[in-house]
Amino acid sequence: METWNYMEYLAWGLSALFGLYMVIDWFKIDSHYSEEVLTSSREGELEAMTEEHHR
Amino acid sequence: MTQVDITSKTMDGMGPHGTKVGLLRVLGPAHVWALGVGIVLVGEYMGWNFAVGKGGAYAALIACWFAGILYTCVAMIDSEVTSTVAAAGGQYTQAKHIVGPLMAFNVGLYLTFAYTMLEAANAITAGYLIYVVAGMTGYTGELDQRPFIVLVIMFLAWLNYRGVLATLTFNLVITAIAFVAILAIFLSTSGLLGGGIMQHAALMEGHELPYGWIGVLAAMHFGLWYYLGIEGTTQAAEEVRSPARALPFGTLAGIMTLLIAATLTWYVCSGVLPWEFLGDGVNGSVAPLFDTARLSGSNALIWFLGFGTLFATLASANGCINDASRAWFAMGRDKYLPGWFGAVHPKFRTPYRSIIFLVPIALIFALGAPLDQVITFSILSGLLEYTFMPLNIILFRKKWPMGSIKRGYEHPFHPLPAIVLLCLCGIAFFAVFLGYGTQLVAMVGFYILVSLWFHFWRYRFVNRGAQFTMPWPKPQGY
Repeated sequence: METWNYMEYLAWGLSALFGLYMVIDWFKIDSHYSEEVLTSSREGELEAMTEEHHR
Repeated sequence: MTQVDITSKTMDGMGPHGTKVGLLRVLGPAHVWALGVGIVLVGEYMGWNFAVGKGGAYAALIACWFAGILYTCVAMIDSEVTSTVAAAGGQYTQAKHIVGPLMAFNVGLYLTFAYTMLEAANAITAGYLIYVVAGMTGYTGELDQRPFIVLVIMFLAWLNYRGVLATLTFNLVITAIAFVAILAIFLSTSGLLGGGIMQHAALMEGHELPYGWIGVLAAMHFGLWYYLGIEGTTQAAEEVRSPARALPFGTLAGIMTLLIAATLTWYVCSGVLPWEFLGDGVNGSVAPLFDTARLSGSNALIWFLGFGTLFATLASANGCINDASRAWFAMGRDKYLPGWFGAVHPKFRTPYRSIIFLVPIALIFALGAPLDQVITFSILSGLLEYTFMPLNIILFRKKWPMGSIKRGYEHPFHPLPAIVLLCLCGIAFFAVFLGYGTQLVAMVGFYILVSLWFHFWRYRFVNRGAQFTMPWPKPQGY
């Protein structure tokens, strides 16, 4: 086994770690917060805030 | 606008309309520059040289400058509209407000396809670069590129998932290094600092336009490669601290940087590499700037340009993940796609579901599709998007004339840039048709089919009133 063979395994391992991190966090967030909160984003927030500020 | 404290802990992302969790406004003009230039700069390191193969070195220069005019029009138009329509989704959101839902749906898909395929192409390239590095370090076996391709996509998706500030600060650093590498090779080889190695006259004599003017036309296809993706700056619109300032500043500084980088790249490479070798991006010069560095005889330049090539590739893939996920997120938020995609991570404040959803799609293209096909579909989607822009700005100026709505930037000489852009898009379509007619027809057929699906099925789920939440005046004539 040469260094580059180890690098291949390392790349597979790191990829799996990054993937796992995202999937686990995704399930944690989805189970802790309601769908209403997570999908509450609306465009134009800054503009609306500016309008309120000047009102 | 600046009178509002958008960095306030109590107000940030918690404004009116019921938003409980929104995207984080933390970016400045430098991040916008890094997003736009970062996506594109890989085109200077590789890909543009296919234009030389199509029509010779002079044809590649003509294509470089005409494509430069095309993208300058794109940058000016984008700067005006996006500094006003400052929301995630970029051109998709512009189309939704200015043209209509069917156009918006199509533009949203153009964006997602163009960026996801470009991301896949970059990952393939990064895998290939690591394969080359392994060979240069004396590895004699057959290196498996797949784990490195997958790692690039997974690492950058993870970075995007964790937050936009770290993502685009990372892009800023690696893009700046890649750009400085181009300046360094120009200064070192042109004769400005020390001895020059340029041989333009000797290399081009008798090969000025080897395929005549039709070669120049065909070169336009790959001339786009010098700048493809600068329009991606608009996707940061909902995450910049001051859209009216940061978006025009970052975008216009970006196109200026690219015009300089593209011209220097052409000058350096065409002055050192014979056009037959330079124009063959498969069996000849895969990475022309790196090949030029190797001929310079300087080990420092070889290393610098080697890192520049890898950094440019990573920056492009990183920016593509950012942009594709924002376009997908914006479409989900408006229910053009399932609303599930419109979720924002409550801690990292990123469109996390859209980022995760696009990972397997990028992997499928990166591991299962040939590079040239992936790039062609990316270029075609981009070209369709540019064709929409002239129509967009003409309608924007008509519906909201000057003075009726506050603009962060007003582009000059309207409607001249729109007309020039439309004409150059027509030329570029013809150039693409010469080389990839089948793909062009297939792509247009695909968009017609999905448009029918959207019109007859999906549009019933769109929340028609709730998709327009900008506090804008009514358009003229409505």
